[in-house]
Amino acid sequence: MKERMNIVIVGHVDHGKSTLVGRLLADTNSLPQGKLEQVKRTCETNSKPFEYAFLLDALVDEQAQGITIDTARIFFKSPKREYIIIDAPGHIEFLKNMISGAARAEAAILLIDAHEGIAENSKRHAYMLSMLDIKQVIVAVNKMDLVNYDEAIFDGIKKDYTEFLNEIDIKPIAFVPLAARQGINIIAGSNTIQWYNGPSILELIDTFRKEKEDNQNNFRMFVQGIYKFTEDGDDRRIIAGTVNSGALNVGDEVIFLPSEKTSTVKSIEIYGKDSPLRAGSEEAIGITLSTQVYVKHSELLCRTDEPQPHTTDRFKANIFWMGRKSLQHDKRYKLKIGTKKVDLFLENIESVLDASHLEKSNGRKEIQRHEVAHCVFRTASPVSFDLIEEVKTTSRFVIVDGYDIAGGGIIVEALEHAYNVNIEKASPDLSAFELELKDLIVKYFPHWDINI
Amino acid sequence: MDYLDKLEAHSIYILREAYREFKNLAMLWSIGKDSTVLLWLAKKAFFGHVPFPLVHIDTAYKIPEMIEYRNKLSIEWKINLIVGQNKTALQNKQTFPDGAVDRLACCKLLKTEALRNTLSGEWKRFKLDHYTGQFIEDENREQYTGVIVGVRADEEGSRSKERYFSPRDKNNDWDVGDQPPELWNQFKTDFAPGTHVRIHPLLDWTELNIWEYLDRENIPIIPLYFDRGNGKRYRSLGCYPCTKPVESNAKNVKEIILELKSGKFANIAERAGREQDKEGGGTLEELRRDGYM
Repeated sequence: MKERMNIVIVGHVDHGKSTLVGRLLADTNSLPQGKLEQVKRTCETNSKPFEYAFLLDALVDEQAQGITIDTARIFFKSPKREYIIIDAPGHIEFLKNMISGAARAEAAILLIDAHEGIAENSKRHAYMLSMLDIKQVIVAVNKMDLVNYDEAIFDGIKKDYTEFLNEIDIKPIAFVPLAARQGINIIAGSNTIQWYNGPSILELIDTFRKEKEDNQNNFRMFVQGIYKFTEDGDDRRIIAGTVNSGALNVGDEVIFLPSEKTSTVKSIEIYGKDSPLRAGSEEAIGITLSTQVYVKHSELLCRTDEPQPHTTDRFKANIFWMGRKSLQHDKRYKLKIGTKKVDLFLENIESVLDASHLEKSNGRKEIQRHEVAHCVFRTASPVSFDLIEEVKTTSRFVIVDGYDIAGGGIIVEALEHAYNVNIEKASPDLSAFELELKDLIVKYFPHWDINI
Repeated sequence: MDYLDKLEAHSIYILREAYREFKNLAMLWSIGKDSTVLLWLAKKAFFGHVPFPLVHIDTAYKIPEMIEYRNKLSIEWKINLIVGQNKTALQNKQTFPDGAVDRLACCKLLKTEALRNTLSGEWKRFKLDHYTGQFIEDENREQYTGVIVGVRADEEGSRSKERYFSPRDKNNDWDVGDQPPELWNQFKTDFAPGTHVRIHPLLDWTELNIWEYLDRENIPIIPLYFDRGNGKRYRSLGCYPCTKPVESNAKNVKEIILELKSGKFANIAERAGREQDKEGGGTLEELRRDGYM
């Protein structure tokens, strides 16, 4: 078994996500010996009815309140491959935890309670999946027992939800009717739902495709560090990073952006192995150069014989906001993209979206917690990036407010530098001339490491 | 890339981020298989070097072979080894083996307390002198603000909920109900003075992955994990009064892998031999909220 896949289970609170995972573990004998009995015993002692969800909701508060607070990683094997199932919380309060879990996933199960129908977070979570670019989705309609296994109810949900998903560019692989607590359609089909002859949820997750490494794309690597460890006479100056996309060969001419310094790859270094001649996407490598150039960590390394990324200080992005304080104008934030960190200002809010109704509102002054928006940002110095349709990993960023990651987003358009943009409010002491001077210093003398 | 390549690359990414972002970085080393894999990954991330100290909390009840192995490997691999200990509790015999406190309280005193005060620099730290092989008092008493720990999500419930970069407040407390968002390889690396961040590069590894990787990379591992003729071996290492060996005839890494895949341990939890986990529900979570690994 040489393959592992991360899948996330999302959906509205109390629709049965943890129950589904618990049942999946129990029915495939994936639980450690005695675990099921132990949880059942604990329930008996505390006089509460046994729930499969208790197998997952490990925190004391989660069991006491019967709610999933944070994402759990559940290790699970099917005959086909190994999985980490990410059980995400469904309560709006824990949306940031759901996003943290979903961002690690390659595919998703969207769970809907047949009795309650499509709820607010059924839609909001689906929208987040779309933004996180998780396109492989199965929809599980759970608690079919509560609606007497009525096909018409299942069909109604299927029709309405498909319409919604299509609007946000998700084409679900399948809809499957479930009764997770009763174990129906978990690992095998059942006679209880005679009108459904399709695959079980376990059979369906084995049909998710594992995406290959992105080796055909343009080469990109955010530099994580430049190391010179002199111990034992080691005189290598190694530029270290994990390849974001594409492939790099010994002998390739490379350019560091935004500094625009160039050199040639002398060697690719991997500890304990003979130096390879080529490295591809997702590999953690180091390189040495044939000439010594002064570069900083946080630069984006590219090949000169391939299309270059965008380098500018303004861009348009789709973002989601998780901060307790709203996202505002006239405030200094920090952008983290790859290994780059730079001051960030909100220039304009183009529109704000209510992700559970897909309703847009314009003319907004700030973005509240849990909202999704389309905005223009400006950075204090130029940043190199790609657009989401070009290279995913170099178009995704987070926004730090104070000490905390408060937002995430994807860049959809690169914009020209604008001299007349009014950011003086944010940096009241700087004149337009000073700002331009700062830009020039940052561009040509990055090693001065100025911070105004 | 196969799944071990991917796990390795991701862990190396995390280690390099930690190295860049934290000025006072240290790695906790328990001498066990997980933290030894972590040490190996550090060597890979930094091209043969380990550019931060390894901190070991010595409860004085570790299996003696662990300490020998620790000192030997530190000298061989040129590791900056720092040892911390709750000397007061040991002198006053406030321990479970002395019969003074229960297992949980013993863990709190000898591990959690010692860890908190060693990381913060409030208690003395002892450093291995590579020339003499003796321990000398470490002059550096600065707080470690980034602490790399080899916990895995598959070990136990509260660990399954961890972040790769997990903040701890001034008292080392872990606020499990309000963890920071973490997405797309962007971690929490900004923190208020006095707080620190635990860094968990092995979160996505299973016990089996660890053994498969030890096998693939030929990493030297303490022989306590193997049956050396008496039909017993340790599956998980800790203090000898609270960690029992398991019945097993696995004599090398390959035999352990076989045992975990299809043998007697295929369905038995790794920490089943740890007595302190059995004292009531949520015990380990309680310890971990207070700063335990």
